Amino acid sequence: MEIPYTVEVRPDTGLTNGKIGIWLFLASEVMLFGALFASYILIRTGAPSWPRGDTILNVPLATFNTIVLISSSVTMVMAWASLKRNRFGTFRMYMATTVLLGGVFLVVKYFEYSHKFELGLFPSTNNFLAIYFTLTGLHMLHVIGGMAVNAYFWGPGAKLWKTNPEWFTNRVEHSGLFWHFVDLVWIFLFPTLYLL
Amino acid sequence: MQASTTTDHAADIDKHVRVYISVFVALMALTIVTVAVSRFHPPVPIAVAVALLVATIKGSLVACYFMHLLSEKKLIYAVLALTAAFFIVLLALPVLTVHDGFWIR
Repeated sequence: MEIPYTVEVRPDTGLTNGKIGIWLFLASEVMLFGALFASYILIRTGAPSWPRGDTILNVPLATFNTIVLISSSVTMVMAWASLKRNRFGTFRMYMATTVLLGGVFLVVKYFEYSHKFELGLFPSTNNFLAIYFTLTGLHMLHVIGGMAVNAYFWGPGAKLWKTNPEWFTNRVEHSGLFWHFVDLVWIFLFPTLYLL
Repeated sequence: MQASTTTDHAADIDKHVRVYISVFVALMALTIVTVAVSRFHPPVPIAVAVALLVATIKGSLVACYFMHLLSEKKLIYAVLALTAAFFIVLLALPVLTVHDGFWIR
């Protein structure tokens, strides 16, 4: 059975089904991270004292990761723009770079986590570390998910370009919306956890 | 961006690409500002205000340009408005609990 409204827009919504679907999903993601941010506020304001993030966490590494993730957002949108220009080769290059930058982010995070564990700093150590590991851990899972989808569109999923380029372009746009959301969450996580 | 715009002229897409590069430069600059301000160790209320302001500007740039929210359909705006309302309530709840005499406790 053919999936309806993948390329042409629905007359009632003015959108493709994929577009409205990804935005509804992102709305639920906002509430998921919102609940954790609310927990952070509650725990922090209720604590008699709270450490500055930069006394425990590695700010230069996190700044580097911020640059990496912002760069990956740019390469993601450039991948989509390349498809709009009918440049499939350029799309693959930008998409590969996006996935690679996601990998760099994860490697840096691995070193950050490893260092904390070596120092005996675990989620059970105190509330600051509990909320730090929960928020950044959940964010990392999103990075891994986004990388998997992007890698699929770079590899086997790219076959769709030959048969239905407009649908493929829309799918890349939707995976891009998720990737930008992951970047957006990090933009708030970085100052909240590392700098305040 | 809708599927129908796949046939956009290359010039239009080139214009978009130039905007993406400008937004990228702005995001990098704002990241430097965030880190630089924190180096001065301002009082917590000022640090929070500056960090959240800069993060909000950066987030808006990502949403408006990379996620193309500037040119979206009304239904998407409606979904996001509803989400924003619930998000604000969610964040307001813990803030209200820290003051005695409020309706929560």
